[in-house]
Amino acid sequence: MAGNGARMIDPGFFVSIVPALLAGLPLTLQLAGTSLALGFVLAVALALAQLGEHRAVVWPIRAFVAVFRGTPLLIQIFLVYYGFGQFRPELQAVGLWWLLREPYWCAIFALTLNTAAYGSEILRGAIRGVPRGLVEAASAFGMSRLLTLRLVVLPLAFRQAIPSYGNEIILMVKGTSLASIITLMEVTGIAQGLISQTYRAVEVFAAAGAIYLALNFTIIRALNALEHWLTPYRARA
Amino acid sequence: MVNAAHILGFGEGGWGAALLAAAGVTLALSLLGFLLGAVFGALAAAARLSSSRVRNWLAGVYGTVFRGVPDLLTIYLFYYGGSVALTATGRLFGGAGFVGLPSFATGVLALAIISGAYQAEVYRGAYLAVDRGQFDACKALGLSQYRALRLVIVPQLMRHALPGLGNIWQLVLKDSALISVIGLVELMRQAQIGAGSTREPFVFYIAAAALYFLIAGVTGLAFRRGEARAWRGTVPA
Repeated sequence: MAGNGARMIDPGFFVSIVPALLAGLPLTLQLAGTSLALGFVLAVALALAQLGEHRAVVWPIRAFVAVFRGTPLLIQIFLVYYGFGQFRPELQAVGLWWLLREPYWCAIFALTLNTAAYGSEILRGAIRGVPRGLVEAASAFGMSRLLTLRLVVLPLAFRQAIPSYGNEIILMVKGTSLASIITLMEVTGIAQGLISQTYRAVEVFAAAGAIYLALNFTIIRALNALEHWLTPYRARA
Repeated sequence: MVNAAHILGFGEGGWGAALLAAAGVTLALSLLGFLLGAVFGALAAAARLSSSRVRNWLAGVYGTVFRGVPDLLTIYLFYYGGSVALTATGRLFGGAGFVGLPSFATGVLALAIISGAYQAEVYRGAYLAVDRGQFDACKALGLSQYRALRLVIVPQLMRHALPGLGNIWQLVLKDSALISVIGLVELMRQAQIGAGSTREPFVFYIAAAALYFLIAGVTGLAFRRGEARAWRGTVPA
């Protein structure tokens, strides 16, 4: 940034934009929180459905996962926001139009499906990683399959999945920035507005970036604490 | 929907050729971004592995920032920041007007910086996975540091790096859709243009998604081929 030195370092400006950017944080958190929660429920369902190895069930799920992992998130958001808008009469007929009319719910919808696709693969791997002997021991105790799942397989799988799922959570937090392209003013949307008004890209990037880094850092810390709490024997070993 | 075949065809009023050309731009953009990112990644990995505290710290900050901040925000930084720097430089040489950065070059640079942060971790891990005896053997043979790297270490390092690099390549390919926000007519942007002028967003976004999916699939196959080649001559465990 040669020739820009006088304006480059301007702590006053830096501090003045932080409140504006923080105003977008609730929306970022809402988008990430809602879609991660809904996506997790869907991911568990998709992972469990694939345990049965029923072709008619497994094949469509594999296709869903491949499509959502193999195409850009931005296209998925646009497909929901603009693409579904084309079917307004049909959506009105089935009573879904109120949902897909709002950019907020379109973003949630696309983000949820996206994270469900990635999450189901993480959970599927984690469930497969539960030692067979434990399942056999449970059945030797006379536990039903559902009880085994609830008391043995899922708790162990969830614990196993924490690091990978943590990565997915961070990716989702970053993914919420795309909602700004369909008019939602979360942190990145506000940052883009500030940059195009002031042309001080470096300062705005630093301030907005610091917010995301602080958020991600908190999430990583919380997940580490959760993992530590769930594996007390490791700390002692 | 009936005329989807016509809209996406190659005849008059068909968008087939435009979409394919745009897919070519996407491929070129991603490929250059990925390759330049390999340079950044290798440099950052070398810095992380070096004994210099300063270089270590710098590489750590580089990785943390660009992996933790939304890619969209990084793209805005390079787009607006680059333009401001260019304009300032232009003024230095007597130019008056605002100078915009060419969007293709900005896109390549942004993708390279982002993917380099991810690639650094892959290279670092792969370097550490190479058998220590190989380094001793190089020394015993009296190979120079450069020849040891080129002839012995890098070919073996690539065995461990290729799976991780394959994942990052998929990330870059999908991230390239974000470059559409700075006006480069790649696949995503071309789909937007087509959707806007025909009022058939659903058809265009599905078509673009299919092309991304196709590119991801074919290149994924190429990575698997490369992996098999990197491991040639070894006995599978």
